[in-house]
Amino acid sequence: MIWDLHCHLSGVDGSTPDERIAMLMEYADRMGVERLVFFMGMNWSHEPTPDDLRQQNHEVLQAISHWHDRAFGFAYVSPQHVEASLEEIGRCIANGPMVGIKLWVAGKCSDEAIDAIIERAAELKAVIFQHTWFKVTGNLPGESSPLDLLTLARRHPQVPIICGHTGGDWERGIRAIRAASNVSIGLGGFDPTAGVTEMAVRELGARRVIYGSDIGGRSFASQLAKVKGADIPDKARQLILGQNLRRLLLPILREKGIEA
Amino acid sequence: MIDVNVSLSRWPFRRLPDDETPRLVKRLKEAGITQAWAGSYDALLHKDVDGVNRRLVEECNTHGDGLLHPFGCVNPMLPDWQEDIRRCREVHQMRGIRLHPNYHGYKLDAPEFDELLRLATENKLIVQLSVMMEDERTQHPLVQVPAVNTAPLSDVLSHHPAIPFILLNSQREVQGEALTRLAAAGNVYFDMAMQESVGGIEKLLRLVPHDRILFGSHAPFFYHESASLKIEESDLGETLRRMITVENASRLPHSN
Repeated sequence: MIWDLHCHLSGVDGSTPDERIAMLMEYADRMGVERLVFFMGMNWSHEPTPDDLRQQNHEVLQAISHWHDRAFGFAYVSPQHVEASLEEIGRCIANGPMVGIKLWVAGKCSDEAIDAIIERAAELKAVIFQHTWFKVTGNLPGESSPLDLLTLARRHPQVPIICGHTGGDWERGIRAIRAASNVSIGLGGFDPTAGVTEMAVRELGARRVIYGSDIGGRSFASQLAKVKGADIPDKARQLILGQNLRRLLLPILREKGIEA
Repeated sequence: MIDVNVSLSRWPFRRLPDDETPRLVKRLKEAGITQAWAGSYDALLHKDVDGVNRRLVEECNTHGDGLLHPFGCVNPMLPDWQEDIRRCREVHQMRGIRLHPNYHGYKLDAPEFDELLRLATENKLIVQLSVMMEDERTQHPLVQVPAVNTAPLSDVLSHHPAIPFILLNSQREVQGEALTRLAAAGNVYFDMAMQESVGGIEKLLRLVPHDRILFGSHAPFFYHESASLKIEESDLGETLRRMITVENASRLPHSN
């Protein structure tokens, strides 16, 4: 069972969300990926306006509308626009089919301004995915590092949170969130550097490691290789490839009456 | 299958799961690799280049089980570097060399690079050039090495049309029209270790002729499965798959 935590509509052929998701599903079939989580739309900006958030969420809603048996959506929200984000959580999750939220680079997640978004998502049992990087070349002004995520996770110790990209520089990223047991890591969206999954399983345990690809900018292939090529027990591999994501999603899926 | 992009010895900044040669060879064989062109991680920072090359040859002979073919290091910023080219061919009987201009500190419009290509042609050596080894964002803070600027390459290679020239790890830096121009510049080939995006090999084929793409994994720095799965992910058909994974490399001059 392979479930993919981290999928986008950008970087893909096709002029509409429907065309793009149909194409991605062909590749997913070829690679044995059964279910996929989509967030963010076809055109991105580092600091999206409320209208941008609505538009991008609309595109994801449209894309997944014909794929309810395979595709999930996370609502794209921003700590720069808390009220608009809460409205989007209401529209897309509380009153819509989405099952999580995505936070990107508009503001650091260590800032307490984000707390209202986190608390509302937690109330709905929505899965929380925060992009993180440790860039030796320098993060964007609003780009969170895994240490920012640790700060957030310690303010909300009962809320499961996913550390996107494992911070990119995963030797630092894994260490940064190691002590926060409510944080899992997303393996998608960085080079298939050998050893990452072995270190993650050793330091965090396999239940805190989740496969994702970051398609269409990345390939399924390079990101699946991190799990398929890792020297880890098969039981750990199964957890990482799908069982952990399913476990995190089950509470909200059950509330929505979605079978999984 | 022929993998044109593997490396032996130790990555300078961490241990890799397959950095012991017997274990790498086992992994390659399990993946169906019958021939792998191997450089050395020691080539990045060591100055005793012939020592690097001797160990590389010995490691290939001792543990390669007939699968590993050494590609030597030449650093044209070192004194008497021309002798290393001669030794690669005459002493070590290598079929090619692998260059790291960014780690060795020269640009591709440097006269030494032009001279190096001339000598490689004379010695009938395949030349590989690694554009980058690691995502610049994740490098060690004290050793930040920008990717090679390939802008001068088309012009330089026009003076050396006969040389088989392979760009490794290039797709993050060389994209779009620049990639197409470079493919037309001479006898230039590209491995696909750093080709990304969904269906990536199909996209690469829109920019580069199918007979110029070579299977390369960048193992053991990358999980070897990344390259194999990329071949599986793209809808290539058997003819194209075989060209990319075997025939294009086997047809290269000096490759046998």
